[in-house]
Amino acid sequence: MADAVKLDAPKLKAKDFKSTQEVRWCPGCGDYAILAAVQSFLPELGLERENIAFVSGIGCSSRFPYYLNTYGIHSIHGRAPAIATGLAVSRPDLSVWVVTGDGDALSIGGNHLIHALRRNVNLKILLFNNRIYGLTKGQYSPTSEPGKLTKSSPMGSVDAPFNPLSLALGSEATFVARTLDSDRAHLHEVLRAAAEHEGSAFVEIYQNCPIFNDNAFEVLKNPETRDEAIIRLKDGEPIRFGDKAVVQSGYGLQVKDASEVDESEVVVHKADVEDPAYAFALSRLSGIALDHTPIGVFRSVKRPTYDKGVRTQVDEAAAGVDRKEALDRLLHGGDTWTVL
Amino acid sequence: MNTVRQLDRVVIRFAGDSGDGMQLTGDRFTAETAKLGNDLSTLPNYPAEIRAPAGTLPGVSSFQIHFADTDILTPGDQPEVLIAMNPAALKANIRDLKPGGTIVVNTDEFTKRNLTKVGYDDNPLEDGSLDDYQVYPVALATLTIGALAEHEVSKKDAERSKNMFALGLVSWMYSRPTEATEDFLRGKFKAKPVIAEANIAALRAGWNYGETAEAFAVRFEIPPAKLAAGTYRNITGNTALAWGITASGVASGLPVFLGAYPITPASDILHELSKHKRFGVTTVQAEDEIAAVGAALGASWGGALGVTTSSGPGIALKSETISLAVSLELPLVVVDVQRAGPSTGMPTKTEQADLVMAMFGRHGEAPIAVLAPQSPSDCFDIMLEAARIALTYRTPVMVLSDGYIANGAEPWKLPELADLPDLSVEFATEPNAVDAKGEEIFLPFQRDPVTLARPWAVPGTPGLQHRIGGIEKADGTGDISYDPINHDHMVRTRAAKIAGVEVPDLEVDDPQGDANVLVLGWGSTWGPIGAAVRALREKGASIARAHLRYLNPMPRNTARVLEQYDKVVVPEMNLGQLALLLRGNFPGTEVVGYNKVRGLPFTSNELTDALEEVIKNG
Repeated sequence: MADAVKLDAPKLKAKDFKSTQEVRWCPGCGDYAILAAVQSFLPELGLERENIAFVSGIGCSSRFPYYLNTYGIHSIHGRAPAIATGLAVSRPDLSVWVVTGDGDALSIGGNHLIHALRRNVNLKILLFNNRIYGLTKGQYSPTSEPGKLTKSSPMGSVDAPFNPLSLALGSEATFVARTLDSDRAHLHEVLRAAAEHEGSAFVEIYQNCPIFNDNAFEVLKNPETRDEAIIRLKDGEPIRFGDKAVVQSGYGLQVKDASEVDESEVVVHKADVEDPAYAFALSRLSGIALDHTPIGVFRSVKRPTYDKGVRTQVDEAAAGVDRKEALDRLLHGGDTWTVL
Repeated sequence: MNTVRQLDRVVIRFAGDSGDGMQLTGDRFTAETAKLGNDLSTLPNYPAEIRAPAGTLPGVSSFQIHFADTDILTPGDQPEVLIAMNPAALKANIRDLKPGGTIVVNTDEFTKRNLTKVGYDDNPLEDGSLDDYQVYPVALATLTIGALAEHEVSKKDAERSKNMFALGLVSWMYSRPTEATEDFLRGKFKAKPVIAEANIAALRAGWNYGETAEAFAVRFEIPPAKLAAGTYRNITGNTALAWGITASGVASGLPVFLGAYPITPASDILHELSKHKRFGVTTVQAEDEIAAVGAALGASWGGALGVTTSSGPGIALKSETISLAVSLELPLVVVDVQRAGPSTGMPTKTEQADLVMAMFGRHGEAPIAVLAPQSPSDCFDIMLEAARIALTYRTPVMVLSDGYIANGAEPWKLPELADLPDLSVEFATEPNAVDAKGEEIFLPFQRDPVTLARPWAVPGTPGLQHRIGGIEKADGTGDISYDPINHDHMVRTRAAKIAGVEVPDLEVDDPQGDANVLVLGWGSTWGPIGAAVRALREKGASIARAHLRYLNPMPRNTARVLEQYDKVVVPEMNLGQLALLLRGNFPGTEVVGYNKVRGLPFTSNELTDALEEVIKNG
């Protein structure tokens, strides 16, 4: 199958990507906004619908493929990156997307996520992080804040949470970004950057669960607080937000009052910095309290992809081979003898 | 001048420390023997530890070969010849040796320290305890080092070649040609020609030692076996399995995708297939067993023949994904090279205790086809069958090999490739239904009326976009469905699909036609059962035998076959798993189990005795 994904697709519209299935998330769920944003973005890929595949695991977010008029597979808990790896390796003509959640990707499927990222398989991984288990009705997740009161932690969770972006960067991810369910324009922009990236693209989408963890990201959404909380990363621009600026400090980065720092000290964002320590430091600016939360593309670097590496070896070995004849030679090679 | 004596068969066991290269020595002796046209069967036996402490009993590695001028079925119950490279190898193997058997022993290792290490108070070579055997004491290391004096290799490297000296000597004793081994050594040590030449020199020195040392008055010849006409090669089960997977790709015209995670004793299949990229075979060494089967399933969805290979513990991990494949109704071939369990058990030892897991080890009603090869070479054919069923019925198929078949070798009459089955599949390319408005639509779960298989529409096919998943689907549309009647219908339909898989009838071997007892086996017990049946018939007993290669569904005539016998003896290397299935499926049958779980194949002698007992008791 051809390696080139781009086709002269007829101009499709968002509605062309809607499936006939009735969407069944709770009213007010952030997944609706993400679905609408993805449907409106997909025409930009310039692909026929049949050349797009969505793979998901289990959880509220993982119902996503049912609602898209592409090929889709709603698989089992945590395994979407593994299944998608098999598909992406064997089908270079497809644009393969993984939709997952904080429980699916970071708890039960943590192993598959980190290995997909380290291999740099050509997958776009959208992690809807609502910091709670929704589908199983409200247990704490690996991104829930310590002390969280849930049905399974009535005295408060004693789990320490993951920082998903730090984890992705530690897994050698080549593309790492974060966006918000409620910011349609930003979501669209990040999806575009992820789609353009060759290799694994990891996108964390903060997503509100109105039933079990409502307003978890309110600080990033409330007009009164968001400007002080959100750091919008823009490539080539100094990192400033509200009346704050980001400067180097010790081994990492630090937020300071802009008035206290010289213009030359302000860190200029560059997503293509090879050293992952920079993006890692960015990922550490926001704690679980979301006080200085960068959104945008943290890291985007080039590295050979696993799937292409695998295919190249097979293609080189198989070029011009008559398989039946080769099989005959395999069977008859080495020590054989004939009985008359 | 040596005397040459003709033998019709012999069983030889090479035994030494894990670091002594006994498996290689055995492999080469096997290749030489195959080249001569003897029928043969082998049994490697080695510790799981790569290098257990040198000179200890747990570190002993052995390789047994049975070869003959007639067709044979097992690697032999008791060796007649033991090559013991050290005291541990002697101690670990002497009780298996036939009374009056021959021992070639490396005297260099029989030091006070080494003897003490394995609990010998006195040197068995001197205390008379081996008087009942024909013992050939040979200073293998000393002789090898001496033979390599002119070679520019270190003393250590020279000493390491002693296994080739031993091979040369035994090759002389049994009149095996060594040219192919010389070629093999040149290839193996291509980058180190000095080492290659040293090994070859050691091999020749061993041969010459046999010819000149007066101790060896007799050498033996075993004429070629009168096998069916054709071209033969020697093959192990794991290699045949890998080649069967490769051939399935050729026969179907599909790319093969293997997802695997290393595990004993299945890893060799991954190694072998990794060399077969020229056939369009992709191998992915996944991060774990679950990812291995997941990637294979993902590739199957994309239109490849997805395969995953493992052993018991790995299959347990794959269980959830196999159930998903049942629900998605996609082709998937799962190979379980069984080993002694539970848990880590004895990874290098054989067992047949995963049958019930293969049948039922999933959640929900999740039937799959289950096949089992009966010998190393049968692995090739069984893989083609597994691929046929997986592709035709869009289902997972489990293949149950085991450690005995995986590592054992036998001559294989090479198939004519013109006879390869046609496994080509038709992908769905067009809508297959019309909706209420008269528009053409695609129903991903609209079934073939004969096979009950659903259409296989791979991503990339225009107009057939659809979503599948583990949630219950409405038959036909594939839409999510919680409808009680639909679920009941789907569960029964998936079961009916597997029950309806076409498999050949069970063949019964009952030459007299008056037998009251049937011995029914499955998998790797085929050889030992066959040898036992042969021995009984030679004694004049009447016994019927049949062997199940298809465990699910069982051949259509199974009930009819079982009804004809008063008793059905089922030897299994488990505590009665096929027996359990037979009692459940064919309640009128009197099933008599013969069960052992020692990590070793049955001997034909013990089976002969057990079967004789059943026949005698009517």
